[in-house]
Amino acid sequence: MEELNLMDTNSLANDIRKLSLKSIHAARSGHPGGSFSIAEMLAILYFEEMNLRPDEPRWADRDRFILSKGHACPALYAALALKGYFPESDCLGLRKIESYLEGHPDVRTPGIDAASGSLGMGLSQGMGYAMGAKHQNKDFRTYVLLGDGDMQEGNTWEALMCAAHHDLDNLVAIYDANLLQGDDFVENQMNMHPMDEKIKSFGWNFIEIDGHDEDAIRTALKTAKTTKGKPTFVLANTVKGKGVSFMENIQFWHGSVTMTDEQLNDALAEL
Amino acid sequence: MNSLEYWNVGDDISVRDAFGRVLIHAAGLRDDFVLFDADVAGGTGAKPFVAAMPERVVQFGIAEQNMMAAAAGFAETGITPIVSTFAAFGTMRAHEQFRTAVAFAGRNVKLCCSHHGLDVGPDGPTAQALEDLATMRAIPDVTVISPADANEFMQAFLAVLDHKGPLYMRIGRSNTPVVTAADEPFEIGKAKRVREGKDITIIATGVMVSRALKAAEEMADKGIEARVVNLSTIKPLDGAEILAAAKDTGLIVTAEDHNIMGGMGSAVAEFVVENCPVPMKFVGVNDTFGKSGEHTDLPDHMGIGVNDIVKACNGLLSNKESSDAS
Repeated sequence: MEELNLMDTNSLANDIRKLSLKSIHAARSGHPGGSFSIAEMLAILYFEEMNLRPDEPRWADRDRFILSKGHACPALYAALALKGYFPESDCLGLRKIESYLEGHPDVRTPGIDAASGSLGMGLSQGMGYAMGAKHQNKDFRTYVLLGDGDMQEGNTWEALMCAAHHDLDNLVAIYDANLLQGDDFVENQMNMHPMDEKIKSFGWNFIEIDGHDEDAIRTALKTAKTTKGKPTFVLANTVKGKGVSFMENIQFWHGSVTMTDEQLNDALAEL
Repeated sequence: MNSLEYWNVGDDISVRDAFGRVLIHAAGLRDDFVLFDADVAGGTGAKPFVAAMPERVVQFGIAEQNMMAAAAGFAETGITPIVSTFAAFGTMRAHEQFRTAVAFAGRNVKLCCSHHGLDVGPDGPTAQALEDLATMRAIPDVTVISPADANEFMQAFLAVLDHKGPLYMRIGRSNTPVVTAADEPFEIGKAKRVREGKDITIIATGVMVSRALKAAEEMADKGIEARVVNLSTIKPLDGAEILAAAKDTGLIVTAEDHNIMGGMGSAVAEFVVENCPVPMKFVGVNDTFGKSGEHTDLPDHMGIGVNDIVKACNGLLSNKESSDAS
């Protein structure tokens, strides 16, 4: 088994990036770009914000997290491993037949709260959790991380309409706006600008941040917690491939990428 | 005393009336389920429940994909969502949400849909889901139930509340003769022999059970003894009862208010071909879309009436006669 040498960056976000990149390299496929754009948000959610029990993954009162942009699961698996849900070395089984780390999230994996990978269904599933919490007077919170593709799916807009109608202030949608989708930039494929006006008009509490600024993420999540009567939408401006110069904002690194040893080592050196 | 009032055998009752009635009854017994509605409680028959127990209903408006995916999350908080809409919307528009968010994740979601098949009547082809049994049974781990009448629906629904896992159940819309007695036990996965016979077996589901019984009566006048099996659980299939039909009678006709492609008849044929090959015929809608019309007129018009069952049986019987003679 390859030495992982993880906790040498003083940055949980970069630890997530390194472990996810190693898993994608080992799998010879996977999505590095969108995994890197969400690393800071995963670090804050998993290591500061959410109330979790890694040794009891389906603890009934846990906060829920749904990665609606399921293709970025290498980063989520890395966060879960670092949090203690399963051994870090298991991440190298990503996408392999003997592993429980599927190419897109599966609830059989410890810590995964929703099947995703087909875009547009995550916010509804998170909303279902939030509705269930309200129905049973439970105070766990639900976080859903969405990508550009999610925001183009009609199902997401049904959920945006519905969560505001039901006053679900225990629900937070975080939109990882790296603005580079599978084949091209969002503005070329299906422009969604202006997002702020759309979300506000749907009745959500709207916050816009730099998605790589950890303090901004902390503040946004705190504001979400104290906002009553409506759900919160955090538009996180991010860079696809963030942290590795030759990957940043380059469509090629969306995925599903087979990475050479040299590319892996160059990227790890930068992190 | 929270007793459930059943109808009398022979009454002509819409199955959706049973849906509202059994919801109210069950909600008095247990607090572990809620109804998810997409602005069609008046159509599905849930309206009396919505009026009586609004706190047990979550309203989604006309947005079935959102409702279905939300059910997946909600179920994982420990309360069972009874997701209810018309079959075309629940099983087709929200099919992927059911397949991926609900079934793949093994969520305890019960999808109960009215408005399937020609039973829809005048609303016509857009609402007449003739594909739901095929598409739902093709999803792994999903239980599929199609009750014969209002009484069996209520018995089935109570069993469904104790069942764990993703499940789809049809709710009939139009008046249907009650053939199930009030005190009949219902077990998911167990077919019921509703008429004995040795010459041929008609395996029917849903509204076709009462038509199969009528067909068997007509044939009895001509000296043919047709067995009738009510196959209300289409998945998992009751192989033992199908095997018995093949062995005892040697001929099987299936009857369903559904496209003949992929539905109950196909499920039976998959089993028969592998385990007990006997000649079969399929009564169903023959790979066409439906049509507006009264639910009483459409079956004969579209090939799923009593006469069509008789004709299919006679076809198999005369084939057998000529091959026996040669």
